[in-house]
Amino acid sequence: MAKRAAPEVNAGSMADIAFLLLIFFLVTTTIETDAGLNRKLPPIEETEPPIIKQKNIFTVLLNGKDELLVEDELMELKDLRAAAKEFLDNGGDGSCDYCKGKKDSESSDNPDKAIISLKNERETTYKAYISVQNELVAAYNELRNRRAQELYGMSFTEMEANYNDVNWPGNKTKLKDQIEQIKLDYPQKLSEVQ
Amino acid sequence: MSKFKKKKGGDIPAVNTAALPDIVFMLLFFFMVATVMRQNTLKIENNLPYADQVEKLDKKDLVMYIYAGKPSANYKQFGTEARIQLNDDFANVSDIASFIAEERASKREELVPFLTTALKVDSDANMGLIGDIKYELRKVNALKINYTTKTGDVQQNQ
Repeated sequence: MAKRAAPEVNAGSMADIAFLLLIFFLVTTTIETDAGLNRKLPPIEETEPPIIKQKNIFTVLLNGKDELLVEDELMELKDLRAAAKEFLDNGGDGSCDYCKGKKDSESSDNPDKAIISLKNERETTYKAYISVQNELVAAYNELRNRRAQELYGMSFTEMEANYNDVNWPGNKTKLKDQIEQIKLDYPQKLSEVQ
Repeated sequence: MSKFKKKKGGDIPAVNTAALPDIVFMLLFFFMVATVMRQNTLKIENNLPYADQVEKLDKKDLVMYIYAGKPSANYKQFGTEARIQLNDDFANVSDIASFIAEERASKREELVPFLTTALKVDSDANMGLIGDIKYELRKVNALKINYTTKTGDVQQNQ
């Protein structure tokens, strides 16, 4: 007996089903923006704050009208990064042999002692605050990049990207030590006044 | 015999659409893979500020989201001042502690120290509210925070 050929399934409506699903996913898709500035909040402590020399503090004040007061002088946002770098990289007491600052005795002693203090008011807008935070982080990052370039011939951001990249073929423990070294050379000391 | 002969020519043959499902499936798979389901329906305006020194926030399951901004057009009855949104609803500053506790309880214990709080705050919100949020977070010892921003030059914030 001759075999009867199985009738072909009508696949005409498959496209419709696929379109339905496609439209569902199109509508629900959001390309999430999950990147930002990482910060660490200080724990609530009752201990007395240590006494810090005035010259080691770089005060940044952001008032309710989003005006910027840096070391008691009005400043534009675009100049903040350079000013912060100059302060951090000053190396006033000569103990910092990698600093390229002016070694001004009126400014910070060394990057380890230099503290940036940021104060804002309740009326300050969030965008102004983020702009200032961004510039201050940028100042630290630029100094760290320079230091990393000198020591390891690679920028600090690149090192961190490599460290977080699971496919990176190099030695991660060594890289971690190098990153820690850079962080030790230019520690991020950014305090916020409540 | 001529009865069975088909007429040739004349009509234009229909376009073969057999490959259409393949193309649609290809698009479908792309969107399925690229989709991140929105976790919360926003009831506030959430126009994030710009920054360029950003770090990527990976491990999405270890992130707690706190939104803030002024109520959007449909929720005008809640006023025009910036408000906090937790999960799907408006919240007060005092609700943050219980929100964090809830999030922590839903995660495995060994992962709790790695939890990060992402603050998604509207550009025009004022810092008073953020200060209050930060103080609440310090009280419950959730110290790792991330100010979620768009990537771009800070001059765009003006």
